[in-house]
Parts: sequence; structure tokens; C-alpha cells
Amino acid sequence: MFTTRKQYYPYISPFDPCPPIRVKTYVTAPNLYLGFQPPNLPQFSPHEALQKGTLWKVFYDPYYSPYEMANKGDYK
Amino acid sequence: MWIYEKKLQYPVRVSTCNPKLAKYLIEQYGGADGELAAALRYLNQRYSIPDKVIGLLTDIGTEEFAHLEMIATMVYKLTKDATLEQLKEAGLDAHYVNHDRALFYNNAAGVPWTAAYIQAKGDPIADLYEDIAAEEKARATYQWIINMSDDPDLNDGLRFLREREIVHAQRFREAVEILKEERDRKKIF
Repeated sequence: MFTTRKQYYPYISPFDPCPPIRVKTYVTAPNLYLGFQPPNLPQFSPHEALQKGTLWKVFYDPYYSPYEMANKGDYK
Repeated sequence: MWIYEKKLQYPVRVSTCNPKLAKYLIEQYGGADGELAAALRYLNQRYSIPDKVIGLLTDIGTEEFAHLEMIATMVYKLTKDATLEQLKEAGLDAHYVNHDRALFYNNAAGVPWTAAYIQAKGDPIADLYEDIAAEEKARATYQWIINMSDDPDLNDGLRFLREREIVHAQRFREAVEILKEERDRKKIF
């Protein structure tokens, strides 16, 4: 399934001083995939667009901290 | 010339008195990838770039000042009533000694803003690629600030600003496509 959240698994040494972070994540925002924006893409309503920060559904990709994800759960 | 609307682009709400967050947010105020650097970079580059993309640089550069104003409001709200004890705990004691509770264009580590943060190479592609990189760096900075923050109202505003970085990066990428001018041309080799 397509996601704008990517993961990789860095090498973990048996001699690392700190408890390892086994999975590292990074974001590949939707603007990387579209090229020149094609016409007639789906839009939010004006009110929603002002709240979300974009008129175009394809570019909406909100970011939540691990803290928020743990406490609220069901974001995106 | 500009016309000023006396309101913020997006409402700024801060729910907890946590001056430490102001210390992080100042990165987007006077940091290398902050809103001031962005605004000045774009509004300066637009003089020496093809006509087709001048308007884009004007629009986005202007919007960056609206973002700057939002960040300033957040920092101000978080520090204006902070006690000296709270400022000390937040690591803002050195800032207080220099500036009281005034805002200043420096990054989260207290390094003052410098024009060396921005470039104007005069080459349209080089400049637009720098602008794309600047937007992606600002997007990442917002993510790191959101990760450090436990203030839901503040994060709401930060999410809006981060979304705008995504849209700006998209428009700069499209500007590059416009300057490449191969988009609709039938290629016959």
C-alpha cells in the first residue's frame, strides 16, 4: 500500500552504547510524486481548505508526532 | 508594494505555558531554514529570474511573511508572561540577559540570523532548486518541532504551516518544469 511514511533499518552494533532505535522513519511528501499538477483534481471545500492549508486533497498529508499518535491513535 | 491585513493567516492558539517551546520555535523565526530566510530569499531572487515565475516568487515570499508573523505570535505568547525561573529552566536565560522578552532573529541555539543563509546565484534552475530544498528543510524542521511539542493547539498551527511548505515545494517544482519548457512539446528526434 502506498504511504508517505518510509522506514529503514539501520545497522545495530553489539557494542552500541545506547539502546538501539531499530526502525528509522522519514517522510516522502506527496509533492514528490505528482510532477506538474494535472487539471481537475479533487478539492476541499473553501472552509476545509483554509483549515487544512491546501485546496487540493492530493497534497494534504498532515504530520503527527509519535506522542500524538500514541495518545490519539487513529490519525491517517 | 504590499497591502497589510491585520490578522493572522491561520489562528494561533497556545494551550500550555511552556517557554521551552519558544526556544524551539525560534528556529523557524531566525534560523537558516526559517520563515525570514525564506521570505527574503524569494523576494530577492525574483528580480533575476524569467518573467513566468516572478509572480510565484512574489506570492510565496509574501506568504512567508505571514508565516513569520504566526511564529512570532507563538513565541510571544509563550514568553510574554514567563517568570525568570521558567526562562532559566527553558534555557532562555541568556536570551533574557541580551533581549529581555523581546523576539530576536536567531536560531534555536541562539546564533543570530545572517544573509549567508540565503543564496541568489542568478541561475534560474540553481535558485529554484535551492528554493525547493529550503521548503523541504522547513517541512522537516516543522516535523522535528512537532515531535518536541506536547501542545495540541500549537501543533495544529504548526501542521498548517508544514502543509504550506509541501504546497510551496510543489509550486517550485512546477516552476522548474515551466522553465524546462519541454512539457507539452512534441519531441521528434
